[in-house]
Amino acid sequence: MRLKIQSFSISNSQAVVSRDESLVLYEDMVLGRVFEDMCAQMYYRGKMFGFVHLYNGQEAVSTGFIKLLEARDSVVSTYCDHVHAVSKGVPPRAVMAELFGKATGCCRGQGGSMHMFSAQHNLLGGFTFIGEGIPVATGAAFSSKYCHEVLKESTPNRLDVTVAFFGDGTCNNGQFFECLNMAQLELWKLPIVFVVENNLWAIGMPHLRATSDPEIWKKGPAFGMPGVHVDGMDVLKVREVAIEAIARARRGEGPTLVECETYRFRGHSLADPDELRKPDEKASYAARDPITALRKYILDKELASAAELKIIEKKVDAVIEDTVEFADSSPLPPWSQLLENIFADPKGFGIGPDGKYRCEDPKFIEGTSLSLESCLPANHLHRCLIPSESSIRPNSIKVRHG
Amino acid sequence: MLGIVRRKVGCEVFSAMKFSLALRKVLPTGSALPMNYSTATKEITVREALNSALDEEMSADPKVFLMGEEVGEYQGAYKISKGLLEKYGPDRVLDTPITEAGFAGIGVGAAYYGLRPVVEFMTFNFSLQAIDHIINSAAKSNYMSAGQISVPIVFRGPNGAAAGVGAQHSQCFAAWYAHVPGLKVLTPYSAEDARGLLKAAIRDPDPVVFLENELLYGESFPVSAEVLDSSFCLPIGKAKIEREGKHVTITAYSKMVGYALQAAEILSKEGISAEVINLRSIRPLDRATINASVRKTNRLVTVEEGFPQHGVGAEIGMSVVEESFEYLDAPVERIAGADVPMPYAANLERMAVPQVDNIVHAAKRACYRSVPLAATA
Repeated sequence: MRLKIQSFSISNSQAVVSRDESLVLYEDMVLGRVFEDMCAQMYYRGKMFGFVHLYNGQEAVSTGFIKLLEARDSVVSTYCDHVHAVSKGVPPRAVMAELFGKATGCCRGQGGSMHMFSAQHNLLGGFTFIGEGIPVATGAAFSSKYCHEVLKESTPNRLDVTVAFFGDGTCNNGQFFECLNMAQLELWKLPIVFVVENNLWAIGMPHLRATSDPEIWKKGPAFGMPGVHVDGMDVLKVREVAIEAIARARRGEGPTLVECETYRFRGHSLADPDELRKPDEKASYAARDPITALRKYILDKELASAAELKIIEKKVDAVIEDTVEFADSSPLPPWSQLLENIFADPKGFGIGPDGKYRCEDPKFIEGTSLSLESCLPANHLHRCLIPSESSIRPNSIKVRHG
Repeated sequence: MLGIVRRKVGCEVFSAMKFSLALRKVLPTGSALPMNYSTATKEITVREALNSALDEEMSADPKVFLMGEEVGEYQGAYKISKGLLEKYGPDRVLDTPITEAGFAGIGVGAAYYGLRPVVEFMTFNFSLQAIDHIINSAAKSNYMSAGQISVPIVFRGPNGAAAGVGAQHSQCFAAWYAHVPGLKVLTPYSAEDARGLLKAAIRDPDPVVFLENELLYGESFPVSAEVLDSSFCLPIGKAKIEREGKHVTITAYSKMVGYALQAAEILSKEGISAEVINLRSIRPLDRATINASVRKTNRLVTVEEGFPQHGVGAEIGMSVVEESFEYLDAPVERIAGADVPMPYAANLERMAVPQVDNIVHAAKRACYRSVPLAATA
């Protein structure tokens, strides 16, 4: 089953994006690139530490997909998540501060480089284990479907979409196959797009050596869903595929597997000496730099002038300088933060109308029944909220951190 | 052809009374829920307790759904989810493929968005295939996201030894999961525990590992009217003193509570009054109750079915050493399963799991009475 995509070649005389769209794409990719370059600088200066994995070269995939999403759509990423976060709308300041381990980070310094979460932007992580994000993404897509079918809370053909990003190595992992299978089940048909960022390398293990059948897109039809292969170094081609895949999901037609052929210009992490990849391979992909390609396209199609692009680049530089200053001057987390947020509700059952912990009421402990209202979780993403007229669950609960 | 009942979820106001009446009307015949509320105490099995708890919670909150292998059309591998598919439909009682890692992670992703999945593992031994999600995404997400995203999920299923099921189906995982900050770990014993703790687990906004026991499913326990009420709940993190005593404290959880109670009965005939604590909650552990008891009796025997090294008893022993050392009149006695993978042969299996005699002997050792004494006044 192949997705029907009209392929536009770059030599087509008419532009496939509007001027405004092209500038949004350009700015987003430049932001991603400059951000990651700054991360490298900061790492070597000791401001950033631990494991840091940079996205340089792959910006077309992130920008191509994420710029089409709405705020209510979700993105699930891997440990290489800075640019996904920034594309999704998490303020670069919050991401940089998180990388510096400061209290102003998007996770208050609790997560770090590999665990970016933002409830407000529906960015669901940041997972280190290969393949771990895929079931979580599938579950997020499941909740979208559940809200629509069971809770009757969203409009038809307007499901919230989840996009799961992961690499070529992950496509050999059990959880990948488990989720391709489940997302496409007869009763399920989940609103998810599985995006493979095939950059041909794990750390030093090349995709071809690790995989018996290296054409990943083919694994989609094996599970009954469309599988598409796209040039991941060309943001416009990625975007074309993304438009259709996201629309399919939103309409309730189910998942799509998109394999983006892309490349990382840097090593797997900042600790990787990157000695195994051949210089001519690197050079051939450097020549296909997605930012350079889009720049050329914009100028060729006269969507904007070089001067305007320069303004965008300077603006991005200023934004990144600001993020570093902000992160640098932000405070470290207070000691008390160490023990916070292990549980949403350490005492369970929250606080009763008398202002005390419910579970400390002697009647409660004896197990005699109170007409207990149970609690919604104190913190969860807002997709399915029962309307407040329902008597069973209050919509908000104050929780003390235990 | 089974009629699938699609419940129209609206803004109904449920009072306890109306609920029980409504429940009576919609239950299919042969439902596990006891129909007669008029007697002061009645007996229900642990299976019925779990089934009724699931039923009531699913009825009260449309965001609760059940997911696992054979939970739907097969009515549950151990029939815990009997009748639920007919009542709630395939959208809320989901038969999954045999993909623990996948469906545990799907549960976590759904929980991120405020749904309340109850993920059933056919046995907790199979949870090892999903342990990445239980620990790395369920337990840690609230912390990693600095409180932005909590995971109101329940992982439940039978845990520990059954009868003759061999090494790969017999392990107790209480210590494994209780080791992890971010998880709550519950171990019901009686029908009251099963009902109260499962309801608590489902309502709790954090990930709960709910360790049942296959051999207890068929056991009946008396339950009061309060327990059968649909709003009945037990607090998480509170142990129950099943039997009060003066001379030695015996802590146990799950099936071992029954053994400890039998041991206490035997001991009482020999003049040793044992206090039996049903832990109910392994994480958080009710250190206050355990220590208060040890300060009263001055002696402690911990009982568990799982492997001894780094087990629940080790933690309890240390807690008592840390908090009540001066009160101990004897070393802490630890009764646990044998430190071997579970053998198959029935006589060897019997030796690999604690028996009532082992608990009696341990209590006597703690009391420095290896020889039975005449009963004292």
